[in-house]
Order: sequence, then structure tokens, then C-alpha cells
Amino acid sequence: MKLMKKDILGIKDLSVDEINLILDTAESFIEVSTREIKKVPTLRGKTVVNLFFEASTRTRTSFEIAGKRLSADTINISATTSSVVKGETLIDTARNLEAMNPDAIVIRHSAAGAPHMLARMVKQSIINAGDGAHEHPTQALLDMMTIKEKKATISGLKVAIVGDIAHSRVARSNIYGLKKMGAEVVVAGPATMMPRDIERMGVAVFNNLGDAIKGVDIIMMLRIQLERQQQKIFPSLREYSSYFCLNRNNIKLAKEDVLVMHPGPINRGIEIAPDIADGPYSIILDQVTNGVAVRMALLYLLIGGQS
Amino acid sequence: MEQKKVVMDADGIDRSLTRIAYEILEKNKGTEELCLVGIRTGGVFLAERLKKKLAKIEGVDLPTGVLDITLYRDDLRLPNKKPLLGRTDIPFSLDDKRVVLVDDVLFTGRTIRAAMDALIDFGRPKLIQLAVLIDRGHRELPIRADFVGKNLPSSLWESVVVNLMEKSGVDEVVIQAEKQ
Repeated sequence: MKLMKKDILGIKDLSVDEINLILDTAESFIEVSTREIKKVPTLRGKTVVNLFFEASTRTRTSFEIAGKRLSADTINISATTSSVVKGETLIDTARNLEAMNPDAIVIRHSAAGAPHMLARMVKQSIINAGDGAHEHPTQALLDMMTIKEKKATISGLKVAIVGDIAHSRVARSNIYGLKKMGAEVVVAGPATMMPRDIERMGVAVFNNLGDAIKGVDIIMMLRIQLERQQQKIFPSLREYSSYFCLNRNNIKLAKEDVLVMHPGPINRGIEIAPDIADGPYSIILDQVTNGVAVRMALLYLLIGGQS
Repeated sequence: MEQKKVVMDADGIDRSLTRIAYEILEKNKGTEELCLVGIRTGGVFLAERLKKKLAKIEGVDLPTGVLDITLYRDDLRLPNKKPLLGRTDIPFSLDDKRVVLVDDVLFTGRTIRAAMDALIDFGRPKLIQLAVLIDRGHRELPIRADFVGKNLPSSLWESVVVNLMEKSGVDEVVIQAEKQ
């Protein structure tokens, strides 16, 4: 089977077969990163542009490493050092990049739909590395890969996603993906962090951490976006953490073999207690390792083998 | 109209592998530093069989690896060539090893070129030898096999298929007119 797509814009547009193809391919790529010489010649002569209009350590580094391990040339552009500060529009930036003929453009932007607009405009493959509060498909894919690696299958698992659901592209992409793969998904968070009509995505909604994680296989904690505190969606960090911080007491409500995930960066002691983040349930760093493999798989499937 | 001819049966394959096993021992003067690497997918099963034969003859358990050459192919740049990626598994160091690369059919030599590039990325073997069940000719690169089960002169319009019990439920080598 082949991935018949030019772009990866969201999990919503991927079929179960396509998700499985990406996850299987990614699994084969894990081995490359464990070699002494962590490089294969597959994308030699290809160019990947990382266009990041928002801050990122993990995702940008992960894409850069993924490209380099496949022998592609990777170029990083961040908003602060680009012509964006001179007032260039996204469309003009994209047209200029297109004129330099890269093979793929990875974009993170604060506006939902920015990668989709780019995908319509330029002939290169576009990979969405996060667009506003919309989607973050590569994060959801690496999360699904990590769950599959630990639990053998996603189907039939019960997953709780906890935190600021309304502002979370990670939550949205994971809900789409996990539901497609046959998992049961529940979400929890303060009412101010719950998007309207979230039930329409087919998830159960809780306003209480304990009820949400009762008997679940996976707990996915989301980062409290401290930069949004001015919006007054919660009274104080201390109050938030007293209700929604995952710690050694409330985790007992979940299944005994529960796994804890977090897309990072973590706020220790706010949404997740340090002993949980570093403890035996945590697979947070496995997620990061698998992120490189997933991004290698996507680059390979999208731009490997095209003339 | 499809013409299909069986050119090697189960006994034939088994005898060839037995002979290759002895030849490997003879050429390497034993099994010291010896290891086997099978190329996905046909070569993997043949490498496993050779390993069993060598275990029977010499009583040693040779390290055996699996190599997927997809990422090293030279035709990836061509349109519509995107084979499914398999997993490479070489759980031992290749430094200073005598590596016997195992594949089912030797044809253009391009697979072996890719395999050698891949092996070098895993270390610096002392030497690499090549064992194939069938050599059908038509080389496009200066590559030859050290151990050959059967030389099978073929036309470019024909395809040579090695069916193995582990995958196809039958041991046989068939030559047939290529399907259009």
C-alpha cells in the first residue's frame, strides 16, 4: 500500500489504513536511530524546510533530526529571525520558499488552517506541525505509535485526556486518531477549558479528574498553557493543580498497568506531579523517541521515491 | 498464456543449501568470526536454513541478522517505486566479522550493492561473501556470488521466483514468462 497524499494536514483526513501504514513504517525506522551510524541515504538530495512561526523545541528538533537521519538537507526558519518581522505575509514567504524548490515544508503556525492554505498554494508536500488549536497530526501519530508499542493494540483501550482541551491541538488530533483506531476516549478539565460541543467528537466529558481516569489504560495529561493565564480561564495555578494535577494518590483510580503520557513541555507540579512524570507509569520520553521515527516515516512516505 | 516451469524442487533446494553450507565452511576454514545476514524477505529464510545446517555440521550457533535494503535502493528516486519498509535486525557488531550475505535470486546486482552499503553502515566487516540460491545472470554492476545454488540462464522477459515453505507453503524455484 502507498500513501496517496501530497500533504499531512490533520488526522481527520487520514483513514485507518493510512494511519496503520504510517505506524508500521515508523516502527521499522526505530532501528535506524539505534545504530552507531544513524543515517541512511534514502532522501539524499531532498530539501526539507522547517517553517516555525511558534516556539518549539521538541517538534522542530525532531523534524530536523528525522530529515537528517534520512540524508535530507533540513533548513530551519523561525518567525523571529525571518522576514516575518519585516512584515512579510505568510503567502509571500511561502511563494518565496517555493521558488527555491524544496521538497517538503513543515509548518507550525498560530492560525488554524495555515498549513491547509499553504498546501493549496504550493506544489511541495506540507506537513502540519501544529496549527493554532486545530490539529497536531504528528504528535497524535507518535502518541498512537507509543501506545501500540506498549499495549500491542489501540483498539479497545480506554484513554483519558486531561487539561485544557479547548486550546489543545494535541487533544483534537488524538481524539480523531484514537477513535478511528477503536479506542474509547474521555476528556476532563475545568468547564472553562472545555470546548462547546466536544461531545460531538464522540467523547465522554468529565469536570473531575478522578471520575475521568477511573479504570483507564492511558492517561494523557496536557500542558497548562501558562501564556493563557491572562485570559482568566482559571483562577490560579494552585487551584488548578489541586483539582487536576495527576499525582500518586489519584493515579490509583486508573488501571494498575496505566500508562501516563504528556506531549511536553511539562509543568512539574501543575498538571503532573514530578514523581509521576519520572515514575514507572510514565512513557513521556518514549513518546519523544518515537516522534523521530514517526517523522522519518512521514518524510519517507511523502517525498521518498518521487521524481 | 502463461508458461511456468519448475526448475528446482524441494529436494533440489535442500541439497544446494547443504552444499553451500559445506562450501562456506571450506572457504572460511571453519566458523570463526562468521555470521549470516539474510536480505528481506527470501534471503532471511535461506539464512535461517543455512544457520541450521551449519549448526548440524559444526555444532555452532552462528549469529544471524535480517537486512532490509529499502532505504538504500537506487531506484527510490523513480516514480511509483515505494516498497513497504521492513525492519532491519542485526543484533551483533559486524566489526571484523566474516559476513555471508544471503539472498534468493542474484539478478542485476543492484540489491547486493544496496545491501553492501547498508552493511558498511553497521560496522567494518573483515569481509563480505555472497550466497545465493539462484544466479540468473544479467548483471548491471560488477558483482558476483561466492556461493551459488544453481546457475539459471534466463531471458529478461522471464521472471524467476523462489517459493519457500516459510512464506508460500512450498519449496520450489519456478521460471515463467513475466506477467504483463
